[in-house]
Amino acid sequence: MFLVPAPVVRFFHRMASPPHFYAFTERLMPWLVVIFLLLTGAGLYGGLYLAPTDYQQGDSYRIIYIHVPSAWMSLFIYMFMATAGGIGLVWRIKLAEIVAISSAPIGASFTFIALFTGSLWGKPMWGTWWVWDARLTSELILLFLYLGVIGLYGAIDDKRVASKAVAILALVGVVNIPIIHYSVEWWNTLHQGPTVTKMDKPSIHVSMLVPLLLMALSFNVYYFIALIQRVRVELLQRERNAQWVKNKVSEQNL
Amino acid sequence: MSVQEFFAMGGYAFYVWTSFGLTFVILLANIIIPIVQRKQFFVNALKKKR
Repeated sequence: MFLVPAPVVRFFHRMASPPHFYAFTERLMPWLVVIFLLLTGAGLYGGLYLAPTDYQQGDSYRIIYIHVPSAWMSLFIYMFMATAGGIGLVWRIKLAEIVAISSAPIGASFTFIALFTGSLWGKPMWGTWWVWDARLTSELILLFLYLGVIGLYGAIDDKRVASKAVAILALVGVVNIPIIHYSVEWWNTLHQGPTVTKMDKPSIHVSMLVPLLLMALSFNVYYFIALIQRVRVELLQRERNAQWVKNKVSEQNL
Repeated sequence: MSVQEFFAMGGYAFYVWTSFGLTFVILLANIIIPIVQRKQFFVNALKKKR
């Protein structure tokens, strides 16, 4: 705490207050959408049109531009969810609890996309839709962890208690994250090894790498857009008896 | 490259466009669902008030 500058601390304190968060994200949203559209446009143009055809895989490799960013996001969101859940567990910050549970459906979506596009890439390249390979199996377990978090939260009526239970489940599930990451190195099975995150030099040409990184950034911005949307709804529902929500309701002209 | 060639994806059109199409649908749904829920929340809250 001593190392963090005072204005930063003040910013986070204010953001932890639901009405401030609600108002701030309302102003932030258009900027996020513009950044997202620019990144996605550039990433798709670069990936689908400018990048050359792969000499081994033909044009089927272009699935990489959603497969790999989705897989990265499935891990990133899980860590974000578990961290937010842990913060909510320790300091009982309502907003942290809501960020954690609101992340779960988005993380589940990216995990499903990674598995589904992997299957559509595996069929023409490996000759099979699915194989019980270490990478595929551990990613499938990640999907079940996300679904477990969503199911557990829905099963407990008291949402403060539900958030506690969900945070513990999410934190225990973190053990799966390094297993997914290192699975292609520990077990030599069908899924290929990393081409981008290798320590020495990525074994992918720059004309293919740049659109991939643009798409990864675009998915990251997308996550925060989708997360903010869900957090705002959850805030309204949990705080429906608070004065600021009642004011919001009377401002509506439906 | 012609438009047809672009959409043919070197013979992998089915795999590539199914991947991109499904991703688009899922990501769009994740944006629309909370917007609908927020609308629903305000509709219900206004009903209760009256």
